[in-house]
Amino acid sequence: MRVAVIVFPGSNCDRDMHHVLTDVFKLESQLVWHTDELPKNIDAIVLPGGFSYGDRLRAGVIAAHSPIIAQVKKMAEKGMPILGVCNGFQILTESGLLPGALLRNTSLSYICKWTEIIVKNNKTPFTNKFKLNQRIPIAIANGEGRYYADKETLHLLKKNNQIVFTYAEDVNGATMKIAGVCNKEGNVVGMMPHPERSAEQILNPKDAKPASLIFESLLNTLGVIA
Amino acid sequence: MSLTPQEFDYLEKKIGRKPNPVELQIVAAEWSEHCSYKSSKKYLKTLPREGKRVISGPGYDSGVLDVGDGYVVTVHIESHNHPSAVEPYGGAATGVGGVIRDILSAGTRPIAILDGLRFGDIEKDTHARWLFKNAVRGIADYGNCLGIPTVGGEIEFDKCFTNYALVDVASVGFGKKEKLIQNRADGGDYVVLIGGSTGRDGIGGSQFASDKLESENRSAVQIPDPFIEKLVIEVILEARNQHCIKAMKDLGGGGLSCAISETSDALSVGIELDLAMVHKREQDMSPTELMVSESQERMLVITSPEKLETLKEICTKFHVPFSVVGRVTDDNLMQVKSQNDLVAKLPSNIVANAPLLDRPASMPKYLQAITSIKKPKTPNLSKTLLEMLSNPNIASKRWVYTQYDHEVGIRTVIKPGQDASVLRLDNGKFLSIKIDGNSKHCYINPRQGVMGCFDEACRNVVCTGATPIGMVDHLQFGNPEDPEIFWTFKESVEGIIEYAKHFEIPCVGGKVSLYNETDKGPIKPTPLIGVLGLIEGKPLIPKKAQKDDLLVLVGITKDELGGSEYYEYVHKIVGGVCPAIDMKSSKANQEAILKIAPQDLAKSIHDCSKGGLGVAVSEICITNEIGCSVMLDKVPAENLQDDELLFSESHSRFLLVVDPSKLESVISILQKRGIKHGIIGKFSGSSIVFKNKNKPAASIRVDKAQEKWLNSLGLLVSHG
Repeated sequence: MRVAVIVFPGSNCDRDMHHVLTDVFKLESQLVWHTDELPKNIDAIVLPGGFSYGDRLRAGVIAAHSPIIAQVKKMAEKGMPILGVCNGFQILTESGLLPGALLRNTSLSYICKWTEIIVKNNKTPFTNKFKLNQRIPIAIANGEGRYYADKETLHLLKKNNQIVFTYAEDVNGATMKIAGVCNKEGNVVGMMPHPERSAEQILNPKDAKPASLIFESLLNTLGVIA
Repeated sequence: MSLTPQEFDYLEKKIGRKPNPVELQIVAAEWSEHCSYKSSKKYLKTLPREGKRVISGPGYDSGVLDVGDGYVVTVHIESHNHPSAVEPYGGAATGVGGVIRDILSAGTRPIAILDGLRFGDIEKDTHARWLFKNAVRGIADYGNCLGIPTVGGEIEFDKCFTNYALVDVASVGFGKKEKLIQNRADGGDYVVLIGGSTGRDGIGGSQFASDKLESENRSAVQIPDPFIEKLVIEVILEARNQHCIKAMKDLGGGGLSCAISETSDALSVGIELDLAMVHKREQDMSPTELMVSESQERMLVITSPEKLETLKEICTKFHVPFSVVGRVTDDNLMQVKSQNDLVAKLPSNIVANAPLLDRPASMPKYLQAITSIKKPKTPNLSKTLLEMLSNPNIASKRWVYTQYDHEVGIRTVIKPGQDASVLRLDNGKFLSIKIDGNSKHCYINPRQGVMGCFDEACRNVVCTGATPIGMVDHLQFGNPEDPEIFWTFKESVEGIIEYAKHFEIPCVGGKVSLYNETDKGPIKPTPLIGVLGLIEGKPLIPKKAQKDDLLVLVGITKDELGGSEYYEYVHKIVGGVCPAIDMKSSKANQEAILKIAPQDLAKSIHDCSKGGLGVAVSEICITNEIGCSVMLDKVPAENLQDDELLFSESHSRFLLVVDPSKLESVISILQKRGIKHGIIGKFSGSSIVFKNKNKPAASIRVDKAQEKWLNSLGLLVSHG
């Protein structure tokens, strides 16, 4: 089982994600530079956090036009589990793989803190080990993390069960406190909070077990495929 | 700006001819106070630098400490005061960038940033507030983009910083010892400039910083680009892995003039530089402009002819601009060519070593006048305690550190807002870091003041269970040409030496920043001390205090309220006697804490400093959301009034939260060592209550205290 972690110029959570996948959850993971070909025998893709292209123009928008995204789209169509975290989520919305957009936080400031999110869809490859409405103590760190979607999109999100996580408190003014969504098929998930910062007990001021279920869900999914 | 007549004569004598205009500007940049340390070097040489973990090498821009198992930690501290006072966003941001490149130039990856910020009275002065908000935003935007966590720092507001700003940034790096850059060069090696292009920003920045701030010289302020810096970090580390770097230097103050002359001098080689090759962002830059521009995000790398192609490929992969700007020669000259003209030819050792000065020093007259003060009348202490908790110098800095990504890199085990920050290292050990300064104490007694900062930083690190292994200092003063100011500088250096020797903590790096003054006068002496501690086992991660847990105070509270927040903020008194260090008991107290911490005998251990016991106890209650009943008559002290017991900032004190079942073990460790201590309180309820022989002294509700302490700073800043 192999996971490709895609590295764009300015990604900065790539090595953290690689560490957690490889050293903590024993998933074989590989850092893939954005101009390289996606490796052939991979089972999942992660777009890590950071500031791809320095957030120039709009967070995630330049990376969304990177050639590797075309390959990611092909894999998404084939049903491969794909997770975008923070800037990775922004890239997924900018590339059209996920609906909605991420706007400046209502505080107009970068926010780095610990909060809780609630699992609203436990059918995705990254949430299938959770109970519905289970709470996850998790770290957030972003300046443009306020999820926004128009009425019509929100209606579809609800109808298709595409809201994956919501915040327990209003941290940034996100529509319906949405913290993460998936595509209609459920295999592509984007989330602003950082599971890779929250899945080791020594880093998590509360409980790291819930956040580690995100990775265990992926293990579970890949186990089924294999 | 230029050389003094004496310096000009010295230069002419040394090179045996008159320097041409380009040469003169190169030398002026390098001989500026900022680059040459000409006033301070004589004294800095006396700082103790040896230690069993210290690794020193030629040309390192940062201190290197061996943390075992083949790993090293690097550390450096710098300030960006003048630029931040003019343009706080860019000044503070480029301050981060500069220190990061010093860490990088040793061949280590930067893993943490800490910053010390100082501004005027933000409660009254809206300009100070503007400077503060924008400096914080500058640091956040830069550090966050780089993916280097800002894990700690300290902030002070004082009228002496009106219309000014002190922005100090410390950074820590981590890497394998075997991958440290060796810093050697041979004739024929290539000199490569990597990173941002050279423009007309930051022209003469080091000279701008070597005079008092009179004009808002914006062209001397550098422009930040964190995205390029992030790419430069990755290029350098990949080039290091592929053995493409023989020597390396960051381009900071003095630009190419400084980088070329210092590298050439440190490595005992010559460098031939061709300015036509430098990649530029502006047309028609003169040789002088190119030599003194302080454009950011640039690194100078020396590579062998065999590795040049690989280095170019790495730069190309990351789309980082570079130019091959010169060759290494076997002589000891720096030669600068521009369009086939030789515009400068100077011996590097002359350029890199300014004639040192022996400045006169005399004790400031104000010192005698301020020692005796009339003791203030004791106010309502409950009200005063709440007032103290909302004092911007004491209130929680949450508004600041939530804007900094302090988690990226997934090392931050103890997070900002605690005593010291703790990072996990790849060898299973932990690094504890803290920076401390206190201009109010240092103004009243420069020597005791700086020793207090040193002790406070050590105490904070010790609270996490870490043994101090090294320190860095940043010495910030006004105009050194004033003998009274220079005296305070000398006293500070001597204070650091005294403390460092007694505690056997080597000084592994530092910086001096002089001429910190506006037309209104100089800043108070503001040395900043950073201490690194190592934890071989597990760090003491604070556990929540519960009902019936006990509060133990270690150390003696003395009548030392000079420079305290209580005197200055509440009573507007500047003066009195500031806290002094009793070295013997301070060392004994730290050693006892280092015995208690690793055995899990205390739920948490806290330093007791700014705001005194009253504030320290309140902060413990606020963060644990529980009340505490404190008996002031149990505080080891020398006959003090209630307000003095509550707010004296005496050093060497620790507060321990102890589970009743562990109390005996804790007390026995303290008793065995003959350490003064008291079991002063018990946790319960929802109020913080101080009594003296059962007579109430002060009482506040935890929720009310929490609201004041947590929100005051944010509210103040968001209202204009």
